[in-house]
Amino acid sequence: MATPNTPLWEVFIRSRNGLAHKHVGSLHASDATLALQAARDIYTRRGEGLSIWVVPSSAITASDPTEKGMMFEPAESKIYRHPTFYDVPEEVGHM
Amino acid sequence: MAVASIQVSETPLVLYALRRADDALILGHRLSEWCGHAPMLEEDMALANMGLDLLGQARELYSYAAKVEGKGNDEDKFAYLRDIRQYRNLLLLEQPNGDFAHTMVRQLFYAGFADLYWRAMMKSGDATLAAIAAKSEKESAYHLRHSSEWMVRLGDGTEESHARAQAAIDDLWAYTGEMFAIDDSERDLIDGSVAVDPASLHPQWLKTVSDIVGEATLALPKSDWMQQGGRSGRHSEHLGHLLSELQSMQRTFPGATW
Repeated sequence: MATPNTPLWEVFIRSRNGLAHKHVGSLHASDATLALQAARDIYTRRGEGLSIWVVPSSAITASDPTEKGMMFEPAESKIYRHPTFYDVPEEVGHM
Repeated sequence: MAVASIQVSETPLVLYALRRADDALILGHRLSEWCGHAPMLEEDMALANMGLDLLGQARELYSYAAKVEGKGNDEDKFAYLRDIRQYRNLLLLEQPNGDFAHTMVRQLFYAGFADLYWRAMMKSGDATLAAIAAKSEKESAYHLRHSSEWMVRLGDGTEESHARAQAAIDDLWAYTGEMFAIDDSERDLIDGSVAVDPASLHPQWLKTVSDIVGEATLALPKSDWMQQGGRSGRHSEHLGHLLSELQSMQRTFPGATW
């Protein structure tokens, strides 16, 4: 339950060096410091993380689910945007 | 009680390890009592996590005490088959959870000490205790940070949270002196560089706690009268209730496993 005193925070964890922070979930906390502590206690109990970001959920601007037709369907018919029509020379090796 | 209590040969080193093990077990058990009852899910997890840190410390210390004693006791027997008078934990740590402020003040007072204590014990001449200290120090450092952040928010929060935090400080203050007291059995270990003299940690502890309490707009009591007894097995009534719950299963069904 979100309350004015304990807003919602989104938690991002970087599990290893060289990887990006990945969204893992959310939590309630009164401020950024306690949100970071709570993220440590909830989302890194099994050694999942080397770094944590917490972001106020209210700071996220999200796309509108009712606009997904306009937003995403035009991309579905443009298979030529996938780089699968090129012959990769053997000398290049694994890409 | 259906099962007789064990006898313990309390040589200075066995007693020393048991005292610290009992500290960790009893406080860990207190924190575990919050499981399912904390003010919010996030704190429920945090308190249980810290309880598990302490349970891990207790296990290592009990196992070491058993090894040093060499009488066939083990971590389970120490935990489940000793009577209240054989428990050696600090009185502070057996005090009931009370409200969230009481739990956080108890946590601040003890973690502020444990953080310094384990850091100093990393230099112990006893290799096992030094290794336990190296692991425990990181855990205690986090417990101190966790409780410090809450103290500031409770003290400098609402009128209600301020009053509760101050009441908790006033209630628990008289139990802090025992952390810094020693007896003859520890004097030899300190002289032999196995143990650290807790009195040497007091100035830094007082500064840490004073700074946090000050930032929280709270005040430490002026009183310097301190309650003692836990280290020699003289406990408050609260520990009896705690142990009856902690030990009921093993006392009723000896050796039960699942």
